[in-house]
Amino acid sequence: MSDHAHALETYTGLDSRKLAIWTFIGSECMFFATLISNYLVNKGRNLVGPFAHEPWTDPATGQVMEPIIEIPLVTLGTALLLFSSLFVVLALYGAQRGNRRMLLIWLGATLFCGIFFVGMQVYEFTHFVNKGLTLQRNMFGASFFVLTGFHGTHVTIGVIWLATMFYLAVRGKLPPERSVNLEMAALYWHFVDVVWIVIFPVVYLIR
Amino acid sequence: MTAHVPAQEHAHDHPTPGTYAKIGLVLFVLTALEVGLYEFTFGEQAGALGHQIEPFFIPLLLILSAVKFALVAMYYMHLKNDSKLFSGVFVFPLLIAIVVILALVILQAYHWAFARSG
Repeated sequence: MSDHAHALETYTGLDSRKLAIWTFIGSECMFFATLISNYLVNKGRNLVGPFAHEPWTDPATGQVMEPIIEIPLVTLGTALLLFSSLFVVLALYGAQRGNRRMLLIWLGATLFCGIFFVGMQVYEFTHFVNKGLTLQRNMFGASFFVLTGFHGTHVTIGVIWLATMFYLAVRGKLPPERSVNLEMAALYWHFVDVVWIVIFPVVYLIR
Repeated sequence: MTAHVPAQEHAHDHPTPGTYAKIGLVLFVLTALEVGLYEFTFGEQAGALGHQIEPFFIPLLLILSAVKFALVAMYYMHLKNDSKLFSGVFVFPLLIAIVVILALVILQAYHWAFARSG
């Protein structure tokens, strides 16, 4: 992006790149609305287990199995994702004021939280598949993996985007006049966070 | 008509790190309340009071989530201080999304109730 980018004049008087990311985020609201609707509409319409919150009997062995959802691990991931939103906004604060140390520390902390969250989700998916829950197993499996899988993909894209910003910051290529680049990545990251704020109670807490 | 507005013009209108930290603390407390409410209502320690709370569990959870959502959007995404156009571009599709979710859930609930009654 050119150093002169900040000097561009627009009809609205606003930065077009910020308007673009907000428009994209608006469209993403619709995207996740369909996935959340799909999950809610199919909730409780399972013919076979595993179930999210209720014990179930394995038809092959006759053994009664525990509910598949594990609240403590996901709560930790949720807390770290929330804190990552705080960290990235502090990184942006540093970037806008030319405070490189503040930018690097908080952006690094954001990346750590994002990577932890993705790792938590990979562990959770593997754990669920090992317990017999797959996309094809039942309606819960299908809607759960599609909803949380797409969210996890968004988190992964966010981690890659923020890692790119971190690389630029380390190289000294993220001065205050280019901080809008980090602001766009941060807006996307916050959106990923607010989507999880909805998904967490809907999928993990509401029975 | 064109206008010259530097990208960083609004940067100094934004909250301070102290405000961001306070919002972060509130978000953490609200998340703890959500999980605490779940444990209190459905957890191993859930007692008679938990059963009394159960009818209010979902509305309470939705209110807590809505507050968290609003705090992140207003303070961390800077919608409180940024241009109203950004708020409009975000809130309008968000309202449509909420209507879509509610409409589909109500439609399916009606469909299943109707199917059961024959």
